[in-house]
Amino acid sequence: MWILRLNMNDRTYRLSEVPEAYKNLGGRGTTSTIVHDEVPPLCHPLGPNNKLVFAPGIVTGTAAPTSARVSAGAKSWLTGGIKESNAGSSWASYFANMQIKALIVEGQPMEKGKYWITHLTWDDKAGKPKAEFLPADPYTGKDLYEVFPKVYEQFGTRAAIAGCGVAGEYGYGNSGIAFNDLGKRPSRYSGRGGLGAVMASRRLKFIVLDSKGAPGVPIANQGLFDQGAKKLAEALREHAITKPKGGLNTYGTAVLVNIMNEAGGLPTRNFSSGRFEGAAKIAGEAIFEGVKNRLGKEVYNHACSPGCIIQCSNTWYKTDGTEHTSCVEYESDWALGANCGIDSLDDVAEMVRLCNAYGLDTIETGTALAVAMEAGVIPFGDGKKAIQLVHEMGKGTPMGRILGGGTDFAGRAFGVTRVPTVKRQSMPAYEPRAVKGMGVTYATTTMGADHTAGYTIAPEILSVGGKVDPLSPEGKAALSRGFQATTAFIDSTGHCLFIAFAILDIASGFEGMMEECNGVLGTNWKSEDAAKIGGEILRKERAFNEAAGIGKEEDRIPEFMKYEPLPPHNQVFDVSDKVLDSVYGEL
Amino acid sequence: MMRIRVKVFATLGRHIAGGVTGAPFPLEVPDATTIADLVRQLNLPREEVKVAFVNGRTRPLDWPLQPEDEVGIFPPIGGG
Ligand code: SF4
Repeated sequence: MWILRLNMNDRTYRLSEVPEAYKNLGGRGTTSTIVHDEVPPLCHPLGPNNKLVFAPGIVTGTAAPTSARVSAGAKSWLTGGIKESNAGSSWASYFANMQIKALIVEGQPMEKGKYWITHLTWDDKAGKPKAEFLPADPYTGKDLYEVFPKVYEQFGTRAAIAGCGVAGEYGYGNSGIAFNDLGKRPSRYSGRGGLGAVMASRRLKFIVLDSKGAPGVPIANQGLFDQGAKKLAEALREHAITKPKGGLNTYGTAVLVNIMNEAGGLPTRNFSSGRFEGAAKIAGEAIFEGVKNRLGKEVYNHACSPGCIIQCSNTWYKTDGTEHTSCVEYESDWALGANCGIDSLDDVAEMVRLCNAYGLDTIETGTALAVAMEAGVIPFGDGKKAIQLVHEMGKGTPMGRILGGGTDFAGRAFGVTRVPTVKRQSMPAYEPRAVKGMGVTYATTTMGADHTAGYTIAPEILSVGGKVDPLSPEGKAALSRGFQATTAFIDSTGHCLFIAFAILDIASGFEGMMEECNGVLGTNWKSEDAAKIGGEILRKERAFNEAAGIGKEEDRIPEFMKYEPLPPHNQVFDVSDKVLDSVYGEL
Repeated sequence: MMRIRVKVFATLGRHIAGGVTGAPFPLEVPDATTIADLVRQLNLPREEVKVAFVNGRTRPLDWPLQPEDEVGIFPPIGGG
């Protein structure tokens, strides 16, 4: 396995052996460790000293089910703290198959406005990966849907692509890194935290991979690995949420719209209510039925990346039956729908498409639009005007740049007090006043408000992995801490976090995940080690944030949530600061 | 008898004839009906019922309903 460093100053690269201390890391564990070890915490995220790190998970590239994830990490341009954001893509498995443990993008060319492509291939003779640098001029300043087919033309249809859109080029705090899906769309995102701008600031537009001839991931104990992969696959095929034609495969992640609305925890019109009267019109069920009506047949969802059993990615179609966009995820659907008071799936889908085209994070986009709506820039519920504002973001107009700066930045520009951010990153689709454990995760995670960092929704709302009262503040520090630590581990394995629904309920599935990792690495981890290993990762992330000036004073929910009761339960966020501090204090 | 409002979601919608998933419908049920009784009355497969809400709060299946309650019934779902 290799560590590959790209030096963007002079467009050279260097391969080195993986240091002993990094051998058992993967995904988030790898990116967060390298950012912690190598990035000066006080550097400017867009300056020459930040580094962008990519790492496949421990089992990515193997036959382990639902494991084609890649983590991207850096000092975040949005939060100023550490960031890890992972995505599912064939890019991830190719990358792993080339035996690259981590790709570290360093330096910054002096020349402005000129971008590069790095083409990574397998050098059969030398038995190692090889990098080439090519000018990206024809691809800059453009819609990624227009550019991706041309990149495939240049590098061949076997290629896999990672890159940033114009949002990154403009230096937006709201800019992600796009990866190809299996349909060659620029639609899988490491969306959060402004990593697109970190990539663009190194003047790197695309990393194109072709793994032809690559040897694949070395496996220390094949028998153990196979046994683990089988157990996990069985759990995924058995659990009602993850099985074929189960909840996720039928309705996609947007199946959550109705249940969050029912629980009074679906943030609506810039977090001013927990119920949206138009929820049923944008829910996963409405997507499924809408597609059935428009195509005249039932369509189940597809995989975003090779080897996924769950297959949760949907496609929305226009009235004439042609494809509109993929994928309308729950968070996107909510951010651009309920949170903006918009109940038209066609308008939501158009904004999802535009976010993919421009390289924007759908969550941060919807929450920034809602803050602008609150300020009276456009009315709540006006889908057509919202679409125009997303275009302004893509064109880089002054209004577009205010919104592209992120939700917190837009809130400042417009003088809004109801700004739903923690550490300058906007909250996703769960209301902390109605789901207190999720509020604790938002407040304390090293990532800025992030649902994936510790998904307490599972026991609080979905009755998965236990059952707890979402409105009660009791016991939520321990609940969130446990979820955060286990999640940091799952994010390191390369598995999609959605396997959690199955393995939280089915113990043999969890064991299977551990056996897969032991099979690949030759380790001897037990199920209870997952939270321990995850906890180590969290400690490094926390240390980086503290050194970057982000201490426990920033582990707080926005003030308005402490004095504004949220309908329908009319609750405020009542978890004390002491309890919030205990999440990491007692890690 | 008392009147309640019922919503049935996701795959459970297949069991309600002519019903739209998630659209509330009024129902007359005997006094002191529990959620479990309601599940039986609607012919929903008990093993597919995972979470039930009464007026926005999760309630156990033996929860007795009151007049004008709004009940939401879900199969196992997840996402994020
Ligand atoms: S479960 Fe969904 S998001 Fe996760 S890898 Fe599969 S298709 Fe992608």
